[in-house]
Amino acid sequence: MATEAYNGGGWIATKLEWLINWGRKRSPWPLPYGTACCGIEMMCALAAGYDMARFGAERPSFSPRQADVLIQAGTITMKMAPVFKKIYDQMAEPKCVISMGACACSGGVFRTYSTLQGIDKLVPVDIYIPGCPPRPEALLQALLMFIKKTEKSHPIIHKKYSDLLVGT
Amino acid sequence: MNQNPTPQTGHETGDYVTVNIGPSHPAMHGTLRVITLTDGEYIIKADPEIGYLHRGVEKLGENLTYHQFIPITDRLNYCSAIPNNVSYEMAVEKLMGIEVPEKAQLIRVIMMELARIADHQVCVGILGVDLGAFTPFFYLIIQREEIYEIFEWFNGARLTNTFGRIGGVDADLPDDFEERWEELKPNVRKANEETEKLLTHNRIWMDRTIGVSAFSAEDALNWGFTGPCLRACGVKRDLRKDEPYCMYDKFDFEVPVGKNGDVFDRYKVRMIEMEQSIRIIDQAYKLYKEMPADAPLMARVPKTIKPPAGEVYSALESPNGELGFFVKSDGSANPYRIRIRPPCYMIYQAFPELVKGELIADLVACLSSLNVIAGELDR
Amino acid sequence: MDLKKRVEQCLGPESLVVAMTECQGDVSVEVPKRRLLEAMRLLRDTPDLGFDFLSDVFGVDNLDLNKPKKKPKKAEEGEGAEAEEPKEKGPLPPRFEVVYLLLCLERNERLQVKVRVSEDDMEVDSLTSMWKAATWPEREAFDMYGVRFKGHPNLKRLLMWDDFPAHPLRKDYPLEGQGEERHLIYED
Repeated sequence: MATEAYNGGGWIATKLEWLINWGRKRSPWPLPYGTACCGIEMMCALAAGYDMARFGAERPSFSPRQADVLIQAGTITMKMAPVFKKIYDQMAEPKCVISMGACACSGGVFRTYSTLQGIDKLVPVDIYIPGCPPRPEALLQALLMFIKKTEKSHPIIHKKYSDLLVGT
Repeated sequence: MNQNPTPQTGHETGDYVTVNIGPSHPAMHGTLRVITLTDGEYIIKADPEIGYLHRGVEKLGENLTYHQFIPITDRLNYCSAIPNNVSYEMAVEKLMGIEVPEKAQLIRVIMMELARIADHQVCVGILGVDLGAFTPFFYLIIQREEIYEIFEWFNGARLTNTFGRIGGVDADLPDDFEERWEELKPNVRKANEETEKLLTHNRIWMDRTIGVSAFSAEDALNWGFTGPCLRACGVKRDLRKDEPYCMYDKFDFEVPVGKNGDVFDRYKVRMIEMEQSIRIIDQAYKLYKEMPADAPLMARVPKTIKPPAGEVYSALESPNGELGFFVKSDGSANPYRIRIRPPCYMIYQAFPELVKGELIADLVACLSSLNVIAGELDR
Repeated sequence: MDLKKRVEQCLGPESLVVAMTECQGDVSVEVPKRRLLEAMRLLRDTPDLGFDFLSDVFGVDNLDLNKPKKKPKKAEEGEGAEAEEPKEKGPLPPRFEVVYLLLCLERNERLQVKVRVSEDDMEVDSLTSMWKAATWPEREAFDMYGVRFKGHPNLKRLLMWDDFPAHPLRKDYPLEGQGEERHLIYED
């Protein structure tokens, strides 16, 4: 009974998870990986008009070790793909990938020899934002979706117990 | 360099380090990579590597029709999409021998100059951010958002506005353009003034930008520079004055010219060009108001564009320099070859010369001042 | 005097003009490949012409234009009658072209200079000795078409990665590529 409180569906584990999720969702530090036109819209979302800092994305970190959310804004070409994968691998768990723009989701307008047709061929994507380029409000909505997703995540409870928590 | 013209003692040890300023780097404007060989902080050799955003635009053009290529041209210099569209349309119009009506030309001028202001705003803002001066970026971005509102309200899109059609423009300026413009104009001027107040006579800014990557006029011409970077070197060359297009010969504006070709001159040239663009828009709008309300906006163009076989080159002065399109047609509905002459391509190839002997921090300043847009560079 | 006439007067006596065309005001002159540098020097140094600014260098692949089943268009004027190229392929003109765009800063005149390159001998003299502006465009022409430039300081691929196996802008290369991928190498 005592151990289940800690790593089962017990109250200490769930309360601890709530605390961890509360801390995580209030400070998603983005890694603004802006390659192309969507990078400019991401810049506008980070700037004064559509301030992303009010959601906690105060510190855009270009160092993958210190970032939570990788916002891929723009086309990834075949030449850039290994670099992108390396950056993704260097991020620490738990991490999230937001694929912003049509080029990142599926190659976009560029169905050519040198464009990667979607970053989900390389990395698991959590949130897709369609648009070419999507409005900055769409990026803010994606960040809010990330926050909702983090609320429901289970960083410490093992998967076999977290199934019992469906509905909480 | 203005402080220490020669490396200090201890640096001639031959202890060279290769520093890779990789494609994913905050100062690298997207996807540029510079591999530098440094002796302490001084750069012995800098080797830029590009191609990380090569999307095959020219080959894509050979498989699309002439009209379908217009949205693709948006994505070249994405900070100011409209000059790209107009340059392509002008090349196809030249190939077909189409004469664009005057009202459409005036609308094109107004939109292109707004895009020029927007591009220079973001360039100067990012130059500030790279050197640590964050505040002007926020002032300028707010005004850029207002310009985006005008684009969205006229074109439908903020950033990648597929503006104009081959033969003219598709829609007229709405009636309340004048109020919007009169409201925007003083705000843009105010933001520019505040930026100048913060930067131009700022001791730190002057120390970091005057004398950095100075370039002589002959070298600039040899390397194929055009645009603000060439004007900063002292060469008075502006396609709007030298090879006028779209009724630019009817407007009265000045072309700013620098002296040393360093980062400070490039910044100053851009600030003055923004003011001149405001003047041009005023004059163009005055001419536009005198046009009759039912003047044509589009020339008579066939529904399927099939230019006669031939090849032309047409260029215009985009915010970065001479943006040219070479269009070769074989008589069918798809272009045979489209070649885009990007202005920052020619400028960036001289980068090793520009930063030789500078400090690594100066490399960042120099790169930022060249306004290298990867979409245009790699196509 | 008309630009076309001036160019003919300058290059004609040296028998450097293979063909000359004009399309909507753009004058284009084709010069023999072996004597490219000579022609360029004449174009730059003759006071009457003074083309001192190199605007661009790029390649064109005329494979589809040369095919007999497509209606032969006017773009193939001059039909590649270079005396120095032994034509094993019969009457087909050389496949590639390298186009140079020149500009005279004083008079604001533009000129297109072309050389034709056949598939058997893809070497052209590099213009980097005259204009540094040719550095990257020639690398790109090598990358995209495979044309080699003799005397170029650093003839490597520019836009594609170094071991890319093909030349993408050629007409027989498909738009969506042949499945090349850059391998994920984790070095050191």
